[in-house]
Amino acid sequence: MRRLYPCVRRWAVAAAGILTAAALAACGGSPASASGPGSGLSITLYNGQHVQTAESMISGFERATGITVSVRNDDEDVLADQIVTEGPGSPADVIWTENSPALEYLQGKGLLARVDASTLARTPARYNSPDGDWVGVSARVSVLTYDPRLIARSQLPTSVLQLASPRYRGKLAIAPAETDFQPIVTAVMRRYGRAEALRWLQGIKANAAGHVYPDNETIADQVNRGGAAFGLINQYYWYRMRAEIGASKVHSQLAELAPGDPGYVIDVSGAAVLKSSRHQAAAQKFLAYLVSKAGQEVIANPAKSISYEYPIASGVTTLAPETPFDQLRPYPITIAELGDGAAAIALLRQAGLL
Amino acid sequence: MTATQAPPGARQRPAAGETAGARRAPVPCVLLGAAVAVAAVMLAPLAFLLIEAHGAGLATLAGLIWRPLTAALLWNTVRLMVVVTALCAVIGTLAAWCVERTDLPGRRVWAVLVVVPFAIPDFVVSFGWASLTTWAQGFRGAVLVMTLAAYPLVYLPVAASLRSADPGQEETARSLGLGRVATFLRVTVAQARGAILGGCVLVALVLLAEYGAFEILGYQTFTTEIFSEFQLSFNVPTACALSLVLIALSVAVLGGDAAARSRGRVVRTGPLAQRVIPRQRLGRATGPVLAGFAALTGLALGVPVGASIYWVFEGGAHAIAGVSVADAGWHTAAYGACAAAAATLLALPVALLAVRHGSRTRRLRERSTYLVLAMPGLVIALALSYFAERYAHGLGYQTAPLLVAAYIILFFPLALVGVRASVARAPAALEEAAASLGQRRLTLLCRVTLPLVAPGLAAAFCLVFLAAVTELTATLILIPTGVQTLATQFWAYQQNLSYGQAAPFALVIIAIAAVPSYVLGRYFDRLPAGAKRPL
Repeated sequence: MRRLYPCVRRWAVAAAGILTAAALAACGGSPASASGPGSGLSITLYNGQHVQTAESMISGFERATGITVSVRNDDEDVLADQIVTEGPGSPADVIWTENSPALEYLQGKGLLARVDASTLARTPARYNSPDGDWVGVSARVSVLTYDPRLIARSQLPTSVLQLASPRYRGKLAIAPAETDFQPIVTAVMRRYGRAEALRWLQGIKANAAGHVYPDNETIADQVNRGGAAFGLINQYYWYRMRAEIGASKVHSQLAELAPGDPGYVIDVSGAAVLKSSRHQAAAQKFLAYLVSKAGQEVIANPAKSISYEYPIASGVTTLAPETPFDQLRPYPITIAELGDGAAAIALLRQAGLL
Repeated sequence: MTATQAPPGARQRPAAGETAGARRAPVPCVLLGAAVAVAAVMLAPLAFLLIEAHGAGLATLAGLIWRPLTAALLWNTVRLMVVVTALCAVIGTLAAWCVERTDLPGRRVWAVLVVVPFAIPDFVVSFGWASLTTWAQGFRGAVLVMTLAAYPLVYLPVAASLRSADPGQEETARSLGLGRVATFLRVTVAQARGAILGGCVLVALVLLAEYGAFEILGYQTFTTEIFSEFQLSFNVPTACALSLVLIALSVAVLGGDAAARSRGRVVRTGPLAQRVIPRQRLGRATGPVLAGFAALTGLALGVPVGASIYWVFEGGAHAIAGVSVADAGWHTAAYGACAAAAATLLALPVALLAVRHGSRTRRLRERSTYLVLAMPGLVIALALSYFAERYAHGLGYQTAPLLVAAYIILFFPLALVGVRASVARAPAALEEAAASLGQRRLTLLCRVTLPLVAPGLAAAFCLVFLAAVTELTATLILIPTGVQTLATQFWAYQQNLSYGQAAPFALVIIAIAAVPSYVLGRYFDRLPAGAKRPL
């Protein structure tokens, strides 16, 4: 007992010190970051885009307009449903997602404000909200990534349907919970019908056993390191990985599916202003900046944003060494047909992939 | 216990562990009120689950639970639990025996090195392995990583119990001609049985709630699926349906533990028989045992730390602006310290009530706090968001206090472990003497009770701080807009494959977490085994 006493005192002093520090931190730290600078205007962005892309874009916007942006980063579906839960009291002014279904979902709930006509005009109409409630900012395309050491290019499927073929058992990697996978399921459903699409998903599930990954980054990484032979991803994940780890360490390659195949889909990233926003003008300015020449150049230049997405507005084209956007031959599916993705999720669930 | 058959009004016989002379004092109203309030807060997430499940309707719920994926998730979760728990039990027990009972060279150093992996968050361990090799994926990756991350949970209680166990039985067994291995299996393991079981329960519960490590390793369990359900469609009813299955699993674990404990009882000659234990000579086994310890430390400690250092130098050259390590570290420490202080204070009345005014419901209430440990941080975060939105008009939503509240609920059981142990050790007679000398209740608390339990409070503070610093899932949901903690910023970079940028955050987490885990190791080192329940 006697031996304990010096320790008691020491611990008590240490605990008290940490407590005081913590209390100070809680009082001093939080309000400063929550309220933002008192001088200028500030908007809140719910960001589902890649953090680096958003950061480059925001710093450009803040310099150009003097409006500060505070960001909440999360998965786009989380953010969309968070906005639904928050209702009219949502702190968000703008939401920026990687795919259209999340925006269509919010649009269906009547939560989005109309985008300024001048902003919408910057992007080709087919990449915008059919109702004018959100604007298309950038695009990506689905491709195959494969490890030539594990599978020859000539052995790769040319149609998405072949992914379910028994000869790819143990070779295929997929990320069914990734939002980029739903548009492909929707396209297959539209092209071949629901019953056929379900059989297809069940075949895929059998082939991908042991290689079901949480996201596209993991597929790109695993295929590159020989963890799986090939997988279906959006093209930019491969380029982002190469930028991250250096070209010398990249062993995997990209391959396109046949022109017009339902697995060859363009995904559109877009942004919207919330009806509940109390900073409508500033929020509209942010959207206008996203599709302006300056904003699109942020996306076009991998050195600035490591985005590797295709810019689609204001006539800007990508500087990244990838297949030019106008040479892509995707499956012709419209934004309205992609919808909010609910049917695709239901089918994935039925197939046991979700 | 024996009191179950007692007729109303009959004087209850004091339970085995309680001092027979202690008269049952009236329970102070303040203490009772505080304990009830704390219990209510802790049960809020469960209430949320039930409300949501009720709202979804029984048919919807059944449809969500009885779908093809559930069977696969159940298989994944249960087989991992069985294999990892068994491995942890073996490794933890053997390591503890070698350190406590043999003449292993460098015991002091090993005793520290073997415990430090406890401080490394599971998602950092899996990051270390997954970033270096594709071999560590799926089931085998999950077994490897979780065994390396969780075995200290068995080691700590077993080491403590071996230290205080009665060596006379081992000596008797040996003198009666039982071999060394047989003695270990039939006597030593039997003595440490309670500690081994307790450690195994913790390992199983940790496995049930783990998210980050499995996400990195591409291994699907109930918790990862609850998270992706939620990410897919913010699907609260589905997440709740799966959570109910998860809670059922943890109840099964706790029930199994209770059943195993009730069978067989370790007899000891009483605490007075404790004495210096002669150490067994390892002899020719010294080399292999040393190699084993080196391998264990290398795999559990060397790989995550080494991989993080490797990526700091080898990672991509991108200077992506993000929250700085200093800023994230500052917020992490502040949130962790607030949560630790509050949880410790809240645990005090509950522990005082449980120990000084124990009743038959005591055991049940204590065990029920375990349930919170098995609830994924996600569910707790959802529950808090839900209450803030529905009943408080968004008050506190996405603010630091709500995040701290989530930590408090998540880690309250840990605080209780630390506080309860020291309250149980503090002699009530001192308080009674002070009271009889006319001290008022507040003075008594400040001048007698608090100094007596101070080491336990510090340990509780460290436990909660450690857990909060490494928390990921609830933080991802509740973090204030524009703020990052070390864990969330690490996670963001890791998910982008920006290993080089994720690595410094991992190293700082390890550094911050190492201090409280060292203090904890020292504290639990000194505790007699009995005081440590329910660990």
